Amino acid sequence: MTAATELRAKQDRGRKVAQNREKWASVRTYVSAAVILFWCLAPAYWMVVTAFREVGYTYDTSLLPTHVTLDNFKTAFDTSFGNRFGQALLNSVFIGVTVTVISLVVGVFAAYALARLNFRFKYLVLGFILGASMFPGVALITPLFQLFTNIGWIGTYQALIIPNISFVLPLTVYTMTSFFREMPWELEEAARVDGCTQGQAFRRVIMPLAAPAIFTTAILAFISSWNEFLIASQLSNDATQPVTVAIANFAGAQPQQIPYTAIMAAGTIVTIPLVILVLIFQRKIVAGLTAGAVK
Amino acid sequence: MATELGPTPVKEPASGGTPIHHGPKGVGEDNAIASQGKWAAWLLAPTIVALAIVIVYPIISAIVMSFQKDAGLDPVTGLFTEGGPAGLSNYTNWIFQQCAAPGGGTVACPPGTLGSQFWSATGTTFYFTIVTVTLETILGFWMAIIMARTFRGRSLVRAAVLVPWAIPTAVTAQLWLFIFAFEGIGNKLFNTTILWTGSENPARWAVIIADTWKTTPFMALLILAGLQMIPADVYEAAKVDGASAWQRFRMITLPLVKPALMVAILFRTLDALRMFDLPYILTEGSNNTTTLSILVVNQLRQGFNSAAALSTITFIIIFIVAFIFVRFLGANVVEQQTGAGKGKK
Repeated sequence: MTAATELRAKQDRGRKVAQNREKWASVRTYVSAAVILFWCLAPAYWMVVTAFREVGYTYDTSLLPTHVTLDNFKTAFDTSFGNRFGQALLNSVFIGVTVTVISLVVGVFAAYALARLNFRFKYLVLGFILGASMFPGVALITPLFQLFTNIGWIGTYQALIIPNISFVLPLTVYTMTSFFREMPWELEEAARVDGCTQGQAFRRVIMPLAAPAIFTTAILAFISSWNEFLIASQLSNDATQPVTVAIANFAGAQPQQIPYTAIMAAGTIVTIPLVILVLIFQRKIVAGLTAGAVK
Repeated sequence: MATELGPTPVKEPASGGTPIHHGPKGVGEDNAIASQGKWAAWLLAPTIVALAIVIVYPIISAIVMSFQKDAGLDPVTGLFTEGGPAGLSNYTNWIFQQCAAPGGGTVACPPGTLGSQFWSATGTTFYFTIVTVTLETILGFWMAIIMARTFRGRSLVRAAVLVPWAIPTAVTAQLWLFIFAFEGIGNKLFNTTILWTGSENPARWAVIIADTWKTTPFMALLILAGLQMIPADVYEAAKVDGASAWQRFRMITLPLVKPALMVAILFRTLDALRMFDLPYILTEGSNNTTTLSILVVNQLRQGFNSAAALSTITFIIIFIVAFIFVRFLGANVVEQQTGAGKGKK
């Protein structure tokens, strides 16, 4: 064997090892991806499967759907055991929309200032707003509970909306700030040069560009208000409770028996619209969620 | 970074950041900043006022309340007593577990009272925080590394991780309660017969597993965003220089992703320290799963002022942890947020 063929054989072997290694790496990636998919989706899948299972087969552990029924969804809306899930859904939508609109309207100005203007104390204001978003809800609940008890607001919508603003508003401000910072503001100036007035430039150029950012922020704001439980569990009553409280307190026919199938049906109703919304706007949502952490 | 185009255009220094802090100051710049400052004040006013009403006012009012005695029945005379100033007694009630004794003075809070639970609740809160944040960081990092690779179905995985995040925590708690039911799928799949909510360790782990499921995606996405900021040619160069996979991870990935990682850990830690929904619904705080937040809520109906003292203590604990993170562990949230760190990109 000559030196040249020996070298080629060596190279071939090297290439094969590299190819093998790559193949293994890709197999490992797929296995890991499958594990992630299972871990994230299996519990959610189980919720949906249980939601469609007859109540007599609550503890049926066959993995595929069995004894399929829609009864649980009827039970979820049934008010005869004191559950008011339908009302709670409306409450959650009302509270969520109100909180989102107020936070966006108030926060959009602050976000514009933080993203576009230079001023003293900018860092202080940003720090304050970020600090506010990390603020523990439990520190608010005591004074608010006392205040609202004194003025008779327990069980009113405003008693739920006002505390929600405390964490949704900072969230909207800093999410929008980082969206606004990424926007091509040069276009505004370009429109001015082309003869637009400031108002026209804002309406025709900036608004359409900002709309997706504002919409994504609205989704994030709505979700965080929709998920709120701590304050609602203490400051709401049967008439104003949001879905999170209704689901946590869901009662069955017998006090000792938790009506899991109906709860899973209620959970499915609460979750599916959100999951669909999140999946449709996946890219934007992820950008909004991670805004501020890496930009 | 885009050039700032304010009313009077202000050129930014190439390194990024705001001219106020970094750039050489010109004469015209002072004017620009002054006029922008006025604008900024008007634009920020609604948010600042709103936050002052919904956050600053309650904090101050909680602190004032915490130095007041709770009105109630006097244990000795049986008469209704008005509150009045309490000094530090609400705080000693929690920290030194001293309860009011019949006939004046204080005694150690008897077991079973809320006052006796402060330190165990603090311990539980930190136990949950340390265990869940550690698990979420490791799992989240692993998920992020997988999601950063290019493979078919990657977008499916990235979509799937959003599912646990989008499910409300109250629903998550009920779902895992069902999974961990004695005859539930959890015991079936792993062929165990654990009474999950029946004793301390299983109950705590039920909460930890549910929390990890729910919040790892958030961690993974934050870390993924950090990973995507690392230019690929850095890895190529290291590969050419013969760095092993582990070396590349330790010498390139870890230091470059650290700023994003620290912010993610800070967010999750502060979130875990105020954990409420999961243990409140899943285990109802039994078997040593009562966190500080649950303890405050339990105290609410037994006396506002004492609850106010406890919530103030909780707030201070969270504040100290945040301070340690920002000051000593380099979680620079504001710098990340304002884009001053962009020069590193």
